[in-house]
Amino acid sequence: MSVIANDASAQLLDQVNQALAANTPLRIQGSGSKSFLGRQADGVLLDTREHRGIVSYDPTELVVTVRAGTPLTELEAALDAAGQMLPCEPPHFAEGATVGGMIAAGLSGPRRPWSGSVRDFVLGSRVITGQGKHLRFGGEVMKNVAGYDLSRLMAGSFGCLGVLTEVSLKVLPKPRLCTSLRLEIDLDRALLKLAEWGQQPVPISAASHDGKALYLRLEGGEGSVNAARERIGGEDLDPGYWNELREQRLAFFADPRPLWRLSLPNNTPALGLPGDQLVDWAGAQRWLKSDADAVTIRGIAIEVGGHATCFTAGATSNPFQPLSAPLLRYHRQLKAALDPQGIFNPGRMYSEV
Amino acid sequence: MNILYDERVDGALPKVDKAALLAELQAQLPDLDILHRSEDLKPYECDGLSAYRTTPLLVVLPERIEQVETLLKLCHQRGVPVVARGAGTGLSGGALPLEQGILLVMARFNKILEVDPAGRFARVQPGVRNLAISQAAAPYELYYAPDPSSQIACSIGGNVAENAGGVHCLKYGLTVHNLLKVDILTVEGERMTLGSDALDSPGFDLLALFTGSEGMLGIVTEVTVKLLPKPQVAKVLLAAFDSVEKAGRAVGDIIAAGIIPGGLEMMDNLSIRAAEDFIHAGYPVDAEAILLCELDGVEADVHDDCARVSEVLKLAGATEVRLARDEAERVRFWAGRKNAFPAVGRISPDYYCMDGTIPRRELPGVLKGISDLSEQFGLRVANVFHAGDGNMHPLILFDANQPGELERAEDLGGKILELCVKVGGSITGEHGVGREKINQMCSQFNADELTLFHAVKAAFDPSGLLNPGKNIPTLHRCAEFGRMHIHNGQLPFPELERF
Ligand SMILES: Cc1cc2nc3c(=O)[nH]c(=O)nc-3n(C[C@H](O)[C@H](O)[C@H](O)COP(=O)(O)OP(=O)(O)OC[C@H]3O[C@@H](n4cnc5c(N)ncnc54)[C@H](O)[C@@H]3O)c2cc1C
Ligand SMILES: Cc1cc2nc3c(=O)[nH]c(=O)nc-3n(C[C@H](O)[C@H](O)[C@H](O)COP(=O)(O)OP(=O)(O)OC[C@H]3O[C@@H](n4cnc5c(N)ncnc54)[C@H](O)[C@@H]3O)c2cc1C
Repeated sequence: MSVIANDASAQLLDQVNQALAANTPLRIQGSGSKSFLGRQADGVLLDTREHRGIVSYDPTELVVTVRAGTPLTELEAALDAAGQMLPCEPPHFAEGATVGGMIAAGLSGPRRPWSGSVRDFVLGSRVITGQGKHLRFGGEVMKNVAGYDLSRLMAGSFGCLGVLTEVSLKVLPKPRLCTSLRLEIDLDRALLKLAEWGQQPVPISAASHDGKALYLRLEGGEGSVNAARERIGGEDLDPGYWNELREQRLAFFADPRPLWRLSLPNNTPALGLPGDQLVDWAGAQRWLKSDADAVTIRGIAIEVGGHATCFTAGATSNPFQPLSAPLLRYHRQLKAALDPQGIFNPGRMYSEV
Repeated sequence: MNILYDERVDGALPKVDKAALLAELQAQLPDLDILHRSEDLKPYECDGLSAYRTTPLLVVLPERIEQVETLLKLCHQRGVPVVARGAGTGLSGGALPLEQGILLVMARFNKILEVDPAGRFARVQPGVRNLAISQAAAPYELYYAPDPSSQIACSIGGNVAENAGGVHCLKYGLTVHNLLKVDILTVEGERMTLGSDALDSPGFDLLALFTGSEGMLGIVTEVTVKLLPKPQVAKVLLAAFDSVEKAGRAVGDIIAAGIIPGGLEMMDNLSIRAAEDFIHAGYPVDAEAILLCELDGVEADVHDDCARVSEVLKLAGATEVRLARDEAERVRFWAGRKNAFPAVGRISPDYYCMDGTIPRRELPGVLKGISDLSEQFGLRVANVFHAGDGNMHPLILFDANQPGELERAEDLGGKILELCVKVGGSITGEHGVGREKINQMCSQFNADELTLFHAVKAAFDPSGLLNPGKNIPTLHRCAEFGRMHIHNGQLPFPELERF
């Protein structure tokens, strides 16, 4: 697969500086695959896709540095060719999803509770700031505690803190063996089992429940995977299931009601939710199709120590769960430090930020 | 250039009336333990970087979070600087006090509040020792993964503030990867929760930003950490090499084979000999370098991986590959590595521990550079290395009683860190900047980057009262440092006025 490389950082910097001079907001976009998520941001389009290509990749260092506009599929193909992967399994949600969008959206796939999230794999970044400077934070090394960790802060910030132009990510070898299974047990029992297995060295790397059955993926060396497969039982499952789950293409997602994501503590029991649910992340992430209002859904999540995000554009005016007063104040102060004129995706996450 | 706080380049500090402050603290917080006599303050003059000492204005030892809250409010009102301290094991002077500031010791907050085996988390107070968490989780066959060599002493609050690592962090991550939630008090004494009991939380990832912020953005009052199931088995291979280059290449070969060891450490000949004399670990003392490779997990996988790694090591030119025969030998192999610092301490009156990181492929060149510098400065350097993640700990041997040797050791250390930056690495992998590496920050970051760091600091602490002078140098300091320290004939910060 040929990888197109082009350094367009000078143009991106120009566009930011023009926006600063004219004091007009920018709407940062990769492919726009996640534009349904979050609030609508107004502003002049800043398209990152001309700035693309892998800057450096040495598999034995377990680090790849890539420009923000690179299609995620290109990055994944390059890693795959070296027997490596992005362990956090970021969803694409569309053909052209970019690396910058993946970091800025901060969404992780089914392996997340075991491998870590997108931010956990961020080692360094280059960012165009609201001062119109193109700066470098972190680096290409596994450990680096010099200065504040602005690179990991960029993950999940939805472009509200600056334009990400380049990112260095930790990557890992693909597991030697991977097998998936389906076990027909109810949700209560599945959650109990998952809590039990979670305390043992069982090589689980994905666990979901659709109301009828538990779906499990096992990854690791031959010995551990085969032993666990034997012990747990169940029937074989087509591993394509995990892709369908990650990309939200399972039948569950076709339901026309708004989609909500509940992020909950480990070991939260089965919850009676107002709608249909699909459990992922061994119970720590639950998808809900529901017409219930935001307050009701969030009330349930907060009650058990979690939070809820709406994944359907227009279903609520606050797709992200509102912040406590002190947290909101520090969000605003931080935004003002990195983007004093407020030109980057204003209001994309919260109307006040 | 001296690293002690220098108001001329580091900024003016508020003048505090000690007697008035003491009286007010005693009035408002009658049950707070306050130290104010010079003989009581003495033990708190330094952290693990003991070459630098400053007597704090006052030391406070709170036992309830409400006391910390009141103290911070009072200090905020009166404009009194506050330096947090955990166990004081930091190696970069992060908890180095200020003459005009209060040292806030969090060590008495030593209670484990909750261990939840099914939820796989532990909720603890900030003064709890790192190892105590794993000990509390042990009955459930769980543990807390980050294991700094100082784990019997260092506090989890200090670990959060430094984003501490350990010998197992290539596979299991740093502190930042193993936290769920941190409760803090802001400089204004306001309570705030970063992260949550769930795997993520709404808004910006302030937990990631806060981790490693060296007590500059807030005071940690409670920490919820993730617990992991203990690996079923752990086995250690020891491989000897007749050159450090070969050992360095072997590390890349192991990873290229698709194996991520639980721990992967390297020691050079000087460290091997020092450790062997001290611990009798059974190391081959004539090897130029050894690698310790720990493989952990489920028995069958570990067995397979040991065979694979042995093969890789032999192909890479190891003169000897030994599998620890039993748990006792495995513990001995590690004891040698974990005691490398004190072992080196036995062969030299003083040593100075560096903490640079490099891309692993640069190892041979950097080791060569270090040995050239060592010769040039006339000081021996022993190398221990978290080889898996490129974190080097060169130990510079010197004698502080010989006039000028400490300064020479520091200059040599500074050169080593600049070498790390030059090859694309960092001046600190896990020990933090503190005051120790404040000058080298000027080599790693440019003026715009440093300015942004100061803006982030101001977003949390506009009056700059939390741990002033640590972590991020002022541009004045960098200008001064640059004037004294010209790289390749090029002045850093040429745009700045020289002082
Ligand atoms: C559950 C779910 C289902 C989805 N289903 C669909 C679907 O069916 N069809 C579809 O088309 N999409 C879908 N999406 C959209 C998907 O919206 C993601 O947007 C996508 O992964 C991001 O890649 P992107 O390049 O398209 O990012 P964008 O959508 O362009 O950007 C995502 C966010 O990141 C910011 N950003 C992007 N690049 C940068 C940068 N370089 N620096 C700073 N900020 C940046 C943007 O401003 C924006 O806030 C779905 C998303 C989710 C979560
Ligand atoms: C022999 C030895 C071996 C070591 N090995 C390692 C190692 O392998 N890996 C590693 O990462 N480090 C290592 N260290 C360094 C040190 O142990 C770590 O940096 C540790 O995290 C410091 O914890 P502490 O409780 O001693 O913190 P202190 O030294 O007391 O403080 C360190 C920093 O944290 C801040 N701080 C402390 N408590 C709080 C709080 N409650 N709220 C806000 N800020 C706070 C202080 O202001 C200071 O900036 C080693 C040190 C020694 C002496």
